[in-house]
Amino acid sequence: MAPRREPAHVVEARRDAALAGLSHAVPFVNELGVSFERLGDELTGKLSYQEKLIGNPVLGALHGGATGAFLEITAQVTLGWTRVWEMMEAGGDAAAAIDRGDYPALPKTIDFSLDYLRPGGARDSYARATIRRAGRRYASVSVEAWQEERSRPFISAVGHFLMPEG
Amino acid sequence: MTRPPDERPDVSGMTEAQKLELGRHFMAQVRWNAELGIALEHIEPGRATLRLPYDSRWVGDPSTGVLHGGVLTALLDACGGAAVMSHPTGAIATATISLRIDYMRGAEPGRDVVATAECHRATRHVAFVRVEAHDGARPEPVATATGSFTIERPRPKKETA
Repeated sequence: MAPRREPAHVVEARRDAALAGLSHAVPFVNELGVSFERLGDELTGKLSYQEKLIGNPVLGALHGGATGAFLEITAQVTLGWTRVWEMMEAGGDAAAAIDRGDYPALPKTIDFSLDYLRPGGARDSYARATIRRAGRRYASVSVEAWQEERSRPFISAVGHFLMPEG
Repeated sequence: MTRPPDERPDVSGMTEAQKLELGRHFMAQVRWNAELGIALEHIEPGRATLRLPYDSRWVGDPSTGVLHGGVLTALLDACGGAAVMSHPTGAIATATISLRIDYMRGAEPGRDVVATAECHRATRHVAFVRVEAHDGARPEPVATATGSFTIERPRPKKETA
């Protein structure tokens, strides 16, 4: 691989733009209010609190369908990002495709098992996914979300995914 | 999904239409269900049917227009909760403990997804639920789910001397 002779901040800005492009290309990700932040190659998903996400009006708790979807998106984008990263590092046509906003489709969910540990409060939530196995075709991912304390997740999940062709 | 911990309404004297109306009243209070347009279509003891209208805002793959799986999560969860609430065991509220979803195929773009849940077993504290979601395009479901839900019961009334 020929190294790109570019300053680090240019490379990092391009990576951030690609990450935003990958996730914001999906209408439902934007409707739910999910965004991603990146420290090196570690991604953190953020579900910004909105009143429309409430599932229990008495407790003021987030809907399990909304928080479950947040975990699924975090798992898919974390997996999809590894593919985008490879394409950018490869340079040539693959990197050019990312530069013009031609992102690979997100991995397809095969199954998703959700564990509702405690109610999600009416505030922002954060999630990180761990790729347990990443083959060319199948991947296994665990993911959990927290609010005020990283050590107290309120929902966790394990899922299996079919990687996009290519 | 959870329900407001009110007293359980007495549905014994209600007509089918009144029960459906009551279920819709509950459903409308759940903001995320309302946002997604999820509507209660049918309810009977231990069974509920909910419809999710197709909407391009809920698309997960913009190149095909297929809905995102996360939208179905809300539908399947809400449907499971409704089946628990309608079960004759008499829960006054419920919360999802766990939900496992299998995605068999993408829902056909433009088609509503209709889910039916059955609460096939209720113990004192736990309800077990199966859910199937169909888009009507083909006989096989787009997704199935199994879930366990809490059963919240009224506190026992204190004996009066």
